Amino acid sequence: MKKSYLLLLLFLCSLPTFAQDYFPKNDGVKTEKHTITAFTNAKIYITPTQVIENGTLLIQDGKVLQSGTNISIPKSATVVDLAGKSIYPSFIDPFSDFGLKKPARKGNWRSAPQYDAGREGYYWNDHIRPDTNPLTTFAFDAKKATNLMKAGFGTVNTHLQDGIVRGNGMLVALNSKEDNSIRILDNRSAQYLSYRKSNASGQSYPTSLMGSMALIRQMYHDADWYAKGKAKRQDLALEALNNNKNLVQIFHSGNKHNSIKTDAIGDEFGIQYVLVGDGTEYENINAMKATNAAFIIPINFPKAYDVSDPYAAGVVELEAMKHWNQAPSNPKALADKGVTFSFTMHDVKSAADFKSNLLKAIKYGLDKTKALEALTTIPAKILQQEDKIGTLQNGRQANFLITSGDIFEKKTVIYENWVQGNQNVFKDKSLRDIRGKYAFNVAGTSYDVNISGIPEKLKAEVLKDSLKLGSKISFKDDWLQLQFTTADTTKTEFVRLTSPIHNATFFSGKAILANGSETTFNATQKEVSESKGDKTGNGKKMEAPKMLPISYPNGAYGSRTLPQQETILFKNATVWTNEKDGILKNTDVLVKDGKIARIGKNLSAGNAKVIDATGKHLTSGVIDEHSHIAAFAINEAGHNSTAEVQMSDVVNPEDVDIYRNLAGGVTTIQLLHGSANPIGGRSAILRLKWGRTADEMLFKNADGFIKFALGENVKQSNWGDTETTRFPQTRMGVEQVFTDYFQRAKEYEAQKKTGNYRYDIEMETILEIINSKRFVSCHSYVQSEINMLMKVADKFGFTINTFTHILEGYKVADKMKQHGAGGSTFSDWWAYKYEVNDAIPYNGAIMHSQGVVVAFNSDDGEMSRRLNQEAAKAVKYGGVSEEDAWKFVTLNPAKLLHIDDKVGSIKNGKQADLVLWTDHPMSIYAKADKTMIEGTIYFDLSRDEQLRRQIKEERNELMNMMLLEKNKGMKTQTAQKKEKVHHHCDTVNF
Amino acid sequence: MKKHIYIYTLCLTVLFSSLSFAQQTPAPKQAETISIVGATAHIGNGQVIENAVIVFENGKIVRIGAAGSTQTTGKVIDAKGKHVYPGFIAPNSTLGLVEVDAVRATRDQNETGSINPHIRSLIAYNTESKVVESCRPNGILTAQITPRGGRVSGTSSVVQLDAWNWEDAAIKTDDGIHLNWPNNFTFGRWWLGEPRGLRPNKNYSKQTQEIQDLFNDAKSYLNGAKKAKHLPFEAMSGLMNGSQKLFVHVDTEKGILDAIAFAKKNNLKLVVVGGYHAHKVATTLRQNNIPVLLHRTHSVPQMDDEDYDLSYKKAKILTDAGVLVGLENSGQMERMNTRNLPFLAGTVAAHGLDKEKALQLITSNTAKILGIDNQLGTLEVGKDATLFISEGDALDMRTNILTYAFIQGRMLSLDTHQTKLWKRYMNKFEGK
Repeated sequence: MKKSYLLLLLFLCSLPTFAQDYFPKNDGVKTEKHTITAFTNAKIYITPTQVIENGTLLIQDGKVLQSGTNISIPKSATVVDLAGKSIYPSFIDPFSDFGLKKPARKGNWRSAPQYDAGREGYYWNDHIRPDTNPLTTFAFDAKKATNLMKAGFGTVNTHLQDGIVRGNGMLVALNSKEDNSIRILDNRSAQYLSYRKSNASGQSYPTSLMGSMALIRQMYHDADWYAKGKAKRQDLALEALNNNKNLVQIFHSGNKHNSIKTDAIGDEFGIQYVLVGDGTEYENINAMKATNAAFIIPINFPKAYDVSDPYAAGVVELEAMKHWNQAPSNPKALADKGVTFSFTMHDVKSAADFKSNLLKAIKYGLDKTKALEALTTIPAKILQQEDKIGTLQNGRQANFLITSGDIFEKKTVIYENWVQGNQNVFKDKSLRDIRGKYAFNVAGTSYDVNISGIPEKLKAEVLKDSLKLGSKISFKDDWLQLQFTTADTTKTEFVRLTSPIHNATFFSGKAILANGSETTFNATQKEVSESKGDKTGNGKKMEAPKMLPISYPNGAYGSRTLPQQETILFKNATVWTNEKDGILKNTDVLVKDGKIARIGKNLSAGNAKVIDATGKHLTSGVIDEHSHIAAFAINEAGHNSTAEVQMSDVVNPEDVDIYRNLAGGVTTIQLLHGSANPIGGRSAILRLKWGRTADEMLFKNADGFIKFALGENVKQSNWGDTETTRFPQTRMGVEQVFTDYFQRAKEYEAQKKTGNYRYDIEMETILEIINSKRFVSCHSYVQSEINMLMKVADKFGFTINTFTHILEGYKVADKMKQHGAGGSTFSDWWAYKYEVNDAIPYNGAIMHSQGVVVAFNSDDGEMSRRLNQEAAKAVKYGGVSEEDAWKFVTLNPAKLLHIDDKVGSIKNGKQADLVLWTDHPMSIYAKADKTMIEGTIYFDLSRDEQLRRQIKEERNELMNMMLLEKNKGMKTQTAQKKEKVHHHCDTVNF
Repeated sequence: MKKHIYIYTLCLTVLFSSLSFAQQTPAPKQAETISIVGATAHIGNGQVIENAVIVFENGKIVRIGAAGSTQTTGKVIDAKGKHVYPGFIAPNSTLGLVEVDAVRATRDQNETGSINPHIRSLIAYNTESKVVESCRPNGILTAQITPRGGRVSGTSSVVQLDAWNWEDAAIKTDDGIHLNWPNNFTFGRWWLGEPRGLRPNKNYSKQTQEIQDLFNDAKSYLNGAKKAKHLPFEAMSGLMNGSQKLFVHVDTEKGILDAIAFAKKNNLKLVVVGGYHAHKVATTLRQNNIPVLLHRTHSVPQMDDEDYDLSYKKAKILTDAGVLVGLENSGQMERMNTRNLPFLAGTVAAHGLDKEKALQLITSNTAKILGIDNQLGTLEVGKDATLFISEGDALDMRTNILTYAFIQGRMLSLDTHQTKLWKRYMNKFEGK
């Protein structure tokens, strides 16, 4: 009776009930209904923390009327008895693209680049699309809605996942029974941002992550200026942005490094973003906590790699394997640290994956209440929609799940997912479990029948006197159908039984025998199936594998505990002071509090750790004036000037080349922007503090620098036939680019003094250059252009600090000296481009002879780790003295970077950036034994040995775990390796 | 008159005159017997003779031994305190095939098509290349000029680096054929929407089968009536009769093992080139007497997990396992970087290999691998007087400073386009 009533209800629900009450009606009479449904005797999770046994939930008109215990059920209510079952508020996905289709990509790489915006009346950059209104293209996707509902979701906040600023989102209930007027709960819910460009435009800028960051900053300045009514034209994008200002701002940062950076950008403009991460937050949980942001994280854990083929397994990096092992602990790590987080289905393939990952997270220690919060109340809170969704308190949307029990148990099934009071059935909740052993009596003949399998798909074994008969069973809507063959194996004939089962202990029904005669049968249950429940799925228990300890960074050569500053006495070394003392033999150096405390003979150790340096050489650390390691991007190539971008935004502190550089005695690098444009981005001076965060690596209290570039790269000579439209295309044009920007900066400065001006990050930066507050390192090759830039700088009253590469510097060394420019060159590179035809390895020696401060740089992650040897080429080519040649890679680059008061020589009071070499530091036979930054040893040959062993052991252990996983029948992924891009000046990616 | 020119050339060399134009003029044939006296002679086979005497005439070494017990003849060069080495050999090189990497018109190393055994590097080798001459002052006097690209890139030849034309330059014409073994891993074609990164190559066995098919077809052709000439197959006859070596460019462990099996099955003389993972199959390489021209030691490991010094020490691992190893230098900016070949060997010594053994990696071992060891690679009687004198250890940047170099007894100019510019501008600044 109850059942048929429900069926009726189901039927009624499926009728179109779209019409609003004021809409005309032409297909019949008015049929408004306000049925109350009461769900009784259930365990109800009204909120994740307010759980009631034997509770009642009353719903009406798509909303919760009342929930709790001791609720009087109105007479008019339809009662659904849910004894033994549970009710949960259904889940919410705050980061969805449900019902919205990303546009197809515009333009292709073969066509000429587009520099200007394609939209008229909007912002100058097409990728800023705050005006996007998802409502205009939203199309309810019933199939996808079903999948989401199967996973337990009832509401999603959907947005068009396209562009840098993506416009507002929309809160949609997954209600496939009614129309948008009902299911859209809020058509302006949160604004979304990312660093990815829009497919809808082929506009080049930005071509890099740091370009996206700079664009976002400038956009906020412009929006502010626009809001003050200063703009001369209408800008619908900025208007929309200002209009969206009070919405929740959800930023898809993409990874843990970007999350830190994104939060900092928010701080600059007084915005607290909600950050959408990638599941690696656990690797730097303290920094995540420090953002104070709420996180939305995909519950998407990597599958084990298939490592059964040892050759294939060889390409899988430890980092990737560790992530497989540790990723399921991410939610727990966030919860333990008190970080507010919500889950999302973003990047999760299927409902089944969602559930198994969720269970995995719980196996790894995530508290169930926290898990439920991350699926219900937290997303509701993040979206500021707590009054509508997330709980089953009175007045909330009637979005809830009926389950067989604890939703975070593997065996638990979701029977129904109700959305806005509409029932969606996935499993029959009233299905009786009839599994067990029975004695059947059919017209006097006895059979032993064993019913097993899963309740939805039973299997039967029919025995007659231990002879197994062929059989087929089905059980649906309380009706049993069983057919089996007769004992006579020579014939193909069947006995058919059918019966309703209201009570499985005893039932009887109709039987049709093999000869067609109709009779009755009865069955008695002898035994209830023991293994009730846990027979669904693959039936294998998921064991949480042992979790490997996190290291910093969390891959190869990371340390489980970060190295610390020590008091150290280097005993009896050959000390290359780079000071007037020259090279001191048999000398001791004491390092204390990160500084060089004493230099002398027979120093007493006190409580210092003594390092015997007999036969070894101690020098200051190698400094690479021109490096592109440790970066997520190098070139912002979208404009001919990109002074607004900064390399400090894209430092990758986990690049293993940092470690390899340390192994080559490098302690400091200038991470330069590339050479894709005449005015490049601002550089970052980094200390290679392996294991620390990007911000911790930045050289403190150092002057700011910027990259300029001249010649073939900036005029796009080798960029292919399509790149012929950007100004400049000749060296003649390059001069005008500089003149133009410097002139504009001057005019900007004048306007700025009036107080009425548009804040322009690019102009601010160029102004710093003109006012000698920021210093230039200019990529340069031929003498004409070198000469040109010095003349332009002279005209605007500043000095070019450094010419980098400067391969024809030797031709104008006297002019450089006169201007005051330094030269940071290659030891011996040439012949790779037309403009390096006259590059000679004597360049350094000649410039040095004319009094120019000369450095040798690498521009290459391989050569940088051998810069100590490259210095020797100044001895070989041009006969520079060894002492002076050594300064080419230590003191001189320190001078060029204005950090020679802190590092670059061994002098009392200077910071202890030191390298202990096994041999003469410029000899090819020398190895760095220890590399120290500010008194902390970051590389040590003996520790390296230990780390190698650790890598080997961890790889082996993880491989074994993954093999086990595969043998257990778990899904695996093909063994593979991430592509590593080795950056040079001309590397353009993104 | 001849002698006069000779001395004049010598003056040029020593004084780095700025008067000459374009490429250095190739030195004339050795006219006078020369004795180098007093130097430490690094023979190139592991031996060292202190205070040595080396005598050569008509382009060949006629005597070598310790001073006192070895007679000097002809012109004597006093090299006391200095070091003498056999000329270094750069295998798998594109010297002279490309002048300026970025200028297409100067690029002649990669012919279109996939199966190009008939493409011969020698005829495109530019003896006037400024890059070629820049190698000599660092001791690189011989190179194997090798085409690039395709499955079968073409045929290489060994040249000396001081010549009027390619015929003049040839030491061993068409010494081997170069084959790029398929990689059992491929990079995802991300521009087609595939995930970035390295993954197993699904077409690997098909691609290796295609190589076997090629050799089957070539054999069948060469043993048949040859009705219509087939240039690629004709070019492979040397491989089949054993007069040419097959240089297989291959890096992965599986690829190397498969290449060895392929060479055995087809009875080919195999040389592994590149060999990134050769150290993992060292035993198999030794058992099958397969030599390796190992990739540049100055390269970063391919995997984050690998030892930072893996590329530095690989040659030692292979040498210790009994594999014959030479060093090659292909890769980014390989031509201009050829002059750093000595330091590639020096790095191996820094990471544990005996210095004289490290020297063999760029001299006698390479000569053996290229099949020119009867003529080059060591300072031994009867071999070419292709050698040089260095102020100090030639494997170390600080001391690789050449005073004299000879190819087949001819004293080379050590001047280059670059030394001329050096002098020109130093003179300008010094007011000369």
